[in-house]
Amino acid sequence: MPLASYSVVLSAVLFGLGALGFVFKRNIITIFMSIELMLNAVNLSFVAFSRLRHLLEGQVFVFFVIVVAAAEAAVGMAIIMQVARNRQSLNIERIDLLKL
Amino acid sequence: MFVLDNAWIIPALPLAGAAVNGIFGRRFTQKTVNAVAVGSTTLAFFATLTLVAEFARLTPAQIPFIRSFFPWIVAGNFRVDFALQVDQLTIIMLLVVAGVGWLIHIYSMGYMAHEGGYYRFFAYMNLFMFFMLILVLGANYALLFVGWEGVGLCSYLLIGFFFLKKSATDAGKKAFVVNRVGDFGFMLGLFFIFRTFGTLDIHTVLSRVEAMPVETAGIGTLTAIALLLFVGAAGKSAQVPLYVWLPDAMEGPTPVSALIHAATMVTAGVYMVARSSTIYVHAPRAMMVVAVIGCFTAFFAATIGLVQTDIKRVLAYSTVSQLGYMFLACGVGAFSAGILHLMTHAFFKALLFLAAGSVIHAMGGEQNMFGMGGLRGPIRTTFLTMLAATLAISGAPGFSGFFSKDEILWQSFSSPYGSPILWFVAVVTALMTTFYMFRLIFLTFYGAPRYDPHHVHVHESPKSMLIPLVVLAALAIGGGWMAAPKLFRGGTDHFEEFLRPVFAHAEEMRSALPSHTPHELEWPLMLLTIGGGFGLGLLLAWWLYIRRPKLPEEMAEKMPGPYALVLHKYYVDELYDALIVHPMQWISTNILWKTVDVAAIDGTVNGIGSVARELGQEARQVQSGNGRTYASWLVAGAAAIAILFLWLGH
Repeated sequence: MPLASYSVVLSAVLFGLGALGFVFKRNIITIFMSIELMLNAVNLSFVAFSRLRHLLEGQVFVFFVIVVAAAEAAVGMAIIMQVARNRQSLNIERIDLLKL
Repeated sequence: MFVLDNAWIIPALPLAGAAVNGIFGRRFTQKTVNAVAVGSTTLAFFATLTLVAEFARLTPAQIPFIRSFFPWIVAGNFRVDFALQVDQLTIIMLLVVAGVGWLIHIYSMGYMAHEGGYYRFFAYMNLFMFFMLILVLGANYALLFVGWEGVGLCSYLLIGFFFLKKSATDAGKKAFVVNRVGDFGFMLGLFFIFRTFGTLDIHTVLSRVEAMPVETAGIGTLTAIALLLFVGAAGKSAQVPLYVWLPDAMEGPTPVSALIHAATMVTAGVYMVARSSTIYVHAPRAMMVVAVIGCFTAFFAATIGLVQTDIKRVLAYSTVSQLGYMFLACGVGAFSAGILHLMTHAFFKALLFLAAGSVIHAMGGEQNMFGMGGLRGPIRTTFLTMLAATLAISGAPGFSGFFSKDEILWQSFSSPYGSPILWFVAVVTALMTTFYMFRLIFLTFYGAPRYDPHHVHVHESPKSMLIPLVVLAALAIGGGWMAAPKLFRGGTDHFEEFLRPVFAHAEEMRSALPSHTPHELEWPLMLLTIGGGFGLGLLLAWWLYIRRPKLPEEMAEKMPGPYALVLHKYYVDELYDALIVHPMQWISTNILWKTVDVAAIDGTVNGIGSVARELGQEARQVQSGNGRTYASWLVAGAAAIAILFLWLGH
């Protein structure tokens, strides 16, 4: 089995774990980390395919993803800080006011 | 030839006055408003005089003098220019409109001095002058129609000038709506003209008509056009059955009644018929309709005038009646007699209204003649001028109205289109005219005062009001003398002679028809008219209102039925209310409003709205606010897209 196949399988497993965590975890911080896990799983497959096809675009995309993830983390953490301060809790079940 | 080449200056001057007063007038003092309004009409009048002087130097070949200034509407083969035309008929109308309009503007300075909305009044009056001048100068039916509608608009605005009074605004609306009926016919006539001749240019249309045969039987194109145009004329010139708006129009200020509802606008229909004389002589059946309607209107309105108590209403019905005379003249092919009566009527009727305004002014707003009496001492100038106008309208020999009315009566008898029946009705009408006019004079100026001298301080009007009265009185007396010489052997009617080129074709067609009236009858008939129409009417009025003032009441008590019928104006307003207004309101309320609008249109719109709301109500259940639900949807959606792509990839 070539290297790319291992990488893609690993990437899929990581993505799946991230998605499961995203859906089932209660703690917002954990959910947040799950999102990071998914992003990095995607990054892994980008790098793998880049290597396989001898194209640089995949690696460039990874940088984009890292930059966006950093920005998202900054904003996301700020929101989580405010939520924690206001509601004294990080349980997503209790943060349910975002509705009509 | 400066003014003749630039005839647009004449209407542009009052338009500029209207614009300045209308836009900035609110901040002006009365003096400034006067300067702008009366200044612009004065300039327009002097421009008209210059134009007349220039016109006199034209050779006959240059008449009609038509100038096109720019193309106004161009669409396919339809083309209308902003073109003005000057011929003898235009000259007469211009002098009447600009001259009488100018005098009435001067009068209004005094009459309206204490009224609110002073600038608004003069802005509307100037705007009216603009549209009226466009109407008489326009060289095509489209431009004529612009003026036609414009004067209607100004009439509406000025009738409802005292807009806090419900009766005034109602009267304005009534005038506007009734005129719509007439204008509908007029527009159909214009469409017909365009379909037949491919142009609306008056001169071109009339010269094409000249080559067409006379329609003696059935309703041909020309008869249809002539009748449709007459529907428009009947609306604007208040003929049966569309006359109902004019008496109500007396709600407007008195100078408005004098200028718009007596001297100028209401004669627009007569002008239009005379302008289209060529079409009418080619449609003798339409002419018969015009003559009969005119004659009937003259008679009908005069009977109502006999019993009115409001001084302005008497004059209003008198106007309707005199307009009937003008149409009678046109209908029997005596177009120049109709135009002569139009002119003399403009003088004496404007004078009557202005003098009535002066009386009302003197009485502090009283309009009921039974609340007046004995006024000939305190307001002497007003009395003398009004007497002159009354003699003129009654056809007293030597006064302007005598010449025009006598000519109409003679023509209605002797013309190939005329008949002794028309003549007889017209003479009876003349008798009634004399009677109700002298009734007005006797009730107002003679007898004992019927008002309370402690409350009403009778005072003569200011100079600005009296000078126009005196000038108009001079015109009302002498304005018909150019027609005088024809009464004598070998003499010519200078007025008719002047207008001859305009009505040349109509005259030619008329003289081709056999006439069976010997000319020797003219003098006997005239004496009969003077004796029966003027003398008897005067005698009756004197008998009933000076000699035996109790008699009219006794007569009214003896014949309550006919008296009530006439007093209530034959219940025509009530009839129209029952036949047209109420059914229309019922249809509007129950069908158009409650069924079509509320049930159908609102129902559809509201139905769509509530369906959207119901669907939204269901769909918002998805928005639980729970983050994990959102996350699940997100993942499920992503998975679905991934599977879709995998599936498509194969």
